[in-house]
Amino acid sequence: MIRLENLTKLYGSFVAVDDISLHVPRGVLYGCLGPNGAGKTTTLRMIAGILRPSQGRVLLGGDDVHVNPLSAKMRLGFIPDRPFVYDKLTGAEFLRFVAGLYGQEGDVVERRIAELLEVFELTSWKDELVEAYSHGMRQKLIISSALIHRPECIVVDEPMVGLDPKAARLLKDIFRQFVDRGGTVLMSTHTLEVAEAMCDQIAIIQHGKIVAAGTVSDVRRQHKAGDASLEELFLKLTGGAQMRELAEVLGGLR
Amino acid sequence: MKQPSLVHVLQPKWRSALQRLREERASGGTGKLVLLIIVGGAFWAGVFGVLFMILRFLRKVEELGPLIPGKILGLILLSFIFILVLSNVITALSSFFLAKDLDLLVSAPVDWLRLYIAKLSETLLHSSWMVALMIVPILAAYGVVYKGGVLFVPYAILAVLPMLILPAVVGSAVTLVLVNVFPARRTRDLLSIIALGAAGGVILLFRVIRPEQLARPEGFRNLLDFVILLGGPTSPFLPSEWASQAIMGYLRNQIDLLPLVLLWTTAAAFVALGAALHGALYAQGFTKAQEGAERFIRGTLWRWTIGWALRWLPVARREFVIKDVKLFFRDTTQWSQLILLAVLVVVYLFNIQVLPLRRGEPVGFFYVNLVSFLNLGLAGFVLASIAARFIFPAVSLEGRQMWLLRSSPLDLKALLWSKYWVGTLPLLVLGLLLTGLTNALLEVTPFMMIMGLTTMAALTLAIAAQALAFGTVYPQFETENAAQIPTSFGGLAFMMTTIALLAGVIVSLWQAVYQYVRAAYEGRPVVIDSWMLLWFAVAGALCVTATIVPLRIARKKLETFEF
Repeated sequence: MIRLENLTKLYGSFVAVDDISLHVPRGVLYGCLGPNGAGKTTTLRMIAGILRPSQGRVLLGGDDVHVNPLSAKMRLGFIPDRPFVYDKLTGAEFLRFVAGLYGQEGDVVERRIAELLEVFELTSWKDELVEAYSHGMRQKLIISSALIHRPECIVVDEPMVGLDPKAARLLKDIFRQFVDRGGTVLMSTHTLEVAEAMCDQIAIIQHGKIVAAGTVSDVRRQHKAGDASLEELFLKLTGGAQMRELAEVLGGLR
Repeated sequence: MKQPSLVHVLQPKWRSALQRLREERASGGTGKLVLLIIVGGAFWAGVFGVLFMILRFLRKVEELGPLIPGKILGLILLSFIFILVLSNVITALSSFFLAKDLDLLVSAPVDWLRLYIAKLSETLLHSSWMVALMIVPILAAYGVVYKGGVLFVPYAILAVLPMLILPAVVGSAVTLVLVNVFPARRTRDLLSIIALGAAGGVILLFRVIRPEQLARPEGFRNLLDFVILLGGPTSPFLPSEWASQAIMGYLRNQIDLLPLVLLWTTAAAFVALGAALHGALYAQGFTKAQEGAERFIRGTLWRWTIGWALRWLPVARREFVIKDVKLFFRDTTQWSQLILLAVLVVVYLFNIQVLPLRRGEPVGFFYVNLVSFLNLGLAGFVLASIAARFIFPAVSLEGRQMWLLRSSPLDLKALLWSKYWVGTLPLLVLGLLLTGLTNALLEVTPFMMIMGLTTMAALTLAIAAQALAFGTVYPQFETENAAQIPTSFGGLAFMMTTIALLAGVIVSLWQAVYQYVRAAYEGRPVVIDSWMLLWFAVAGALCVTATIVPLRIARKKLETFEF
């Protein structure tokens, strides 16, 4: 469903994403893990068509995002990490606007808006301007907007940031059901427990490159990690030694 | 605990400003700097030149001559004081209550007095720099005409500085009280309307009383009344009058320290009072400022009106237009500018109506047509200023939401199309209204009326396209205040390009119009020949090119945006 071929992104001489190739099949919940600045967000934004790759290409359901952007993006729902929404629209108006961007209107959209607002417990807020929403409510609204046109795949950057435990649980269930019905989810996260509990497959990104990919068991096997937890595996692959040093420094400060 | 210095508290501000300068320089900003210096220098030279000539002339006039320059300076400084108070009230709301660094500063162990002085300095700087720059050529002209010498420079600074401090303190105090009464976001809305309403009212009043009549002493009952009026202070309790007295006293070699002492002691007393008020009210006001302006909106009006009128459009374009219109009318800082616009139109038409054109025929005919023709340039300039304020920021204002637009299947052409027409249609109505009503007031011939309306329509399409294109090529995604966006380099480049376009179209059309006016003036039949048609075609081609090329450039630029 999502295919990245030799994807590279340069910012001047800095290589943010370095020749990444990846295939996320239909019906899979795929997690991108990596330390801050590893290139996860850049990769996801290239998949969503917001950034243009310096090299390589992104295919969504066979359509190149930068060659056939309209048909590729019709399949996609994107949820960014920072919930910037038009402050002067109400929640319902925002969802109606997003549906319009996907060419949808009428009673079907109105029913879908009501359904999504109900699921995310925003019904009583639907006629309030977004400027009055909390960070978590904005995040819920953006998640609703990504689902409004019934996408085939969802690309989501740090899905749990700002959500209360109830909403986080709801989102996990929604993603699971979405994948079970044949949808595809590609998400980036720092929360290793979330990744371990939710993801069918993972890729660990470090310095713009994929350093490990597959199921958690595959990755353990590839790196001879025995029964190590995902956290230990992650630290081993992304600079655990530095973490230990940091812990010592912090310990010394107390 | 040792408190951080003021420089330290303001560090994020000045370091960010320095970094922006460095980035500008790194991205080839030298050209921009040179351009800014040239334009700024020309403006300064213009102000200096005009005032220099007036003052030099007045010095030679007996009796009245010595009185008028002081009066002019007093009036200039008085108007600056009003501008400064309004500007400080609005700026203080951002710097004291809405700025992003406040959470950090208020939660840090910085004492309230230090915070007050730091934020007051920030407010003063942001709201006064433009007025301070304007004062330079004005005082330079006074200094040169009255041979003030080198020492006049520090003396003038000494006289003007407290005049900037006082409105900053007053503005901040007014804001502080207002925020304690209303939520900050509601206060911002309220202030925008009050400020613009007041500004509009003052402009309207000033124009309607026809101050040009004051320039004619014969309008006064007798010379004595006039001299008495000039001799008395304009507003004896206002710092502008003290500053004016201090400066004029120095220039006439009659140094009186009282105005200077009054200025500085009042400024010091006001800062102390402002600090006391801040100490008493800031904590409560800051808490209130965190409250949102709760608004419950159904928003069906636009859906029923614009949505219905645009039902023939593809849904994405229609929703985009509805969204843009809603955002405009729900943002008080945006729609309230329409108050000024309405005042501008009234003043504009009033000016045309009071022109003394019809003192005698047939000269009147020539002047009427000349004014009607030149009005195209003036109306074009007005439209360019409005486009700079409303259309130029259109793409920049999408900045934070661009993730949504770029990840959705919205065609960039549709985005540009919506932005273009949402801005162009009201501009077109205004342009045609200005031209049509002006021509009707001037009672021009049908030829001039049709030519004027057609030219204005073509110019509006081109001006809007240029505003949108320059706004796309030089976007300001980080600026949240739409009113600040046109003050960038891109805004300046847009204005200069548009002025060039206006000049090109006016010069081309003049070839044709002159032939018409001359024929009509001499009583010959007007023949539309190939020469006239050629120049109409040149003007048309200029407008078409200035519409299509910028829009294409804007579309290409949009495709390259990365977020």
